[in-house]
Amino acid sequence: MKYYDKLIFELSKPGRTGYSLPSAGRQLPGGILWREAPLELPEVSEVDVVRHYTNLSQMNFGVDTGFYPLGSCTMKYNPKINEEIANMPAFTGLHPLQPEHTVRGALEVYAGMDKALVAITGMKHFTFLPCAGAHGELTGLMLMREYHMSRGDLARTKVIVPDSAHGTNPASAAVCGLDIVVVKSKEDGLVDVEALKPLLGPDIAGIMMTNPNTLGLFERDIKEIAELVHGCGGLLYYDGANMNPLLGVVRPGDMGFDIMHLNLHKTFSTPHGGGGPGSGPVGVADKVVPFLHIPHVSGFHGNFGIILRAYAYILMLGREHIKLAGKLATLGANYIKESLKDCYKLPIPTVCKHEFVFDGLLEPNGVSTLDVAKRLLDYGFHAPTIYFPLLFHQAIMIEPTETESLETLDAFIAVMRKIAEEAKADPEMLHAAPHNTPIGRPDETTAARQPVLKF
Amino acid sequence: MSKIAEGLLYSESHEWVKVDGNVAIVGVSDFAQEEMGDITYVDMPDIDDEVTAGDDFGALESVKTSSELVAPVSGKVIARNDELEDKPELINEDAYEAWIIKVEMSDKSELDALLNAAAYENIAK
Repeated sequence: MKYYDKLIFELSKPGRTGYSLPSAGRQLPGGILWREAPLELPEVSEVDVVRHYTNLSQMNFGVDTGFYPLGSCTMKYNPKINEEIANMPAFTGLHPLQPEHTVRGALEVYAGMDKALVAITGMKHFTFLPCAGAHGELTGLMLMREYHMSRGDLARTKVIVPDSAHGTNPASAAVCGLDIVVVKSKEDGLVDVEALKPLLGPDIAGIMMTNPNTLGLFERDIKEIAELVHGCGGLLYYDGANMNPLLGVVRPGDMGFDIMHLNLHKTFSTPHGGGGPGSGPVGVADKVVPFLHIPHVSGFHGNFGIILRAYAYILMLGREHIKLAGKLATLGANYIKESLKDCYKLPIPTVCKHEFVFDGLLEPNGVSTLDVAKRLLDYGFHAPTIYFPLLFHQAIMIEPTETESLETLDAFIAVMRKIAEEAKADPEMLHAAPHNTPIGRPDETTAARQPVLKF
Repeated sequence: MSKIAEGLLYSESHEWVKVDGNVAIVGVSDFAQEEMGDITYVDMPDIDDEVTAGDDFGALESVKTSSELVAPVSGKVIARNDELEDKPELINEDAYEAWIIKVEMSDKSELDALLNAAAYENIAK
């Protein structure tokens, strides 16, 4: 592998170019199009540019190059048919300001997607404006606040969030101006209903829950929780980040949720990472529909290309096959969990959904979760999510997704077992891992304390 | 094994208090800094701010997490350790040397609710 050791600016040599033009003076009318100051661009040849960026691109790790078991992120494969459809000129040529009657096809995509997501989730309507999961959360909470305010119920300023929640939940609630109340989990990793009861009252706007939760466990008491929260006048918000295992099997609407978001870039196979573009449509139950913005669809309406890709995914799977996605994701996660629990500490031994959490090695011998994650890179796997959720100190959160074959899962399991053996035999080697990557352990501490923000 | 300094009082949320007459000097325990990892930022109140026992008075950020600082006593902030702004790592180096704020206590009886070193040892593990 070619190492990326220089920025393109550092390759620059004065006067070197990737083009040759006739003397400009003879071509352009005098007095216009002339710059006073030179452009401060790197001066490099065409081949320098091509090699530089090709080498850089080959150092990337993506779901197209390897297994990516990043818990809570659902890094499933992005089928290429999504790209083919999204790249059709009939779609790429659209402009948001075109008259409505010329964009009927695009409007039909929104309408069809709304219908599909309503069927999958049991909600009444979706808005496609939010461009990411957390954006969806904020939108959803603002809808929740509007709902209460429209009823003159102005005292509802608190949102309950379980201690296992995604960090975005309390963050979104805080941005929305709501106070956060944390409800604890029980030993078995599920929300403690008894601890929830005393928190409920006329000051509660609602509860935000992820189901299955961040430990990959289905919140079995959800019906009782819904009754309790509705009983005190609050609403239930469903964080759809973990929707994948429930596809076609269980619907948030049937569990009692009133508002929810979906991460199309997770559950619905659109590109993920690198800063997006994401999409976090928000679905609402009947009683919240009046607070959705009007019109439900308009020109500048969310990341259309992403919604289109997700719609292609849903239509390609169809009503029957979509049920398989969640079931296979669940099967794969349980297969890895059961195959590794004699080497890695499994704090909650019950059947999981699409993901699960280990709490470090059973026999660590001084080897941390960070060491294991770094060593995985040497073997060509992306590291899982580590040190989240915060409930366990050496958390390793693994989510294989349904798109991986048995052979891939077995290869991953074999490597995880090998690392557990290496921990016993040679912990020093693991402390120094990775050994085969261009960069090993960036100094995150100095980067956070003394960030250099520009070249 | 983290260190627990004798002669200090501790809160269940891992702050320590050194009593100097009517002034409480507040920091976080060695256990807390160890759990946090490399601390990258300390969010502190301003001088003359009022703090209330049991409420947040600031926050610590580290490479892997962030955590609120909970006031062990109530009162007025009379000093803050500005050195931590540029050198948050001082807390990692010696948690009992790197105090965060000094509070002029409004109710010294609140100290009774804090733990001594022996009692704190049961929590910090």
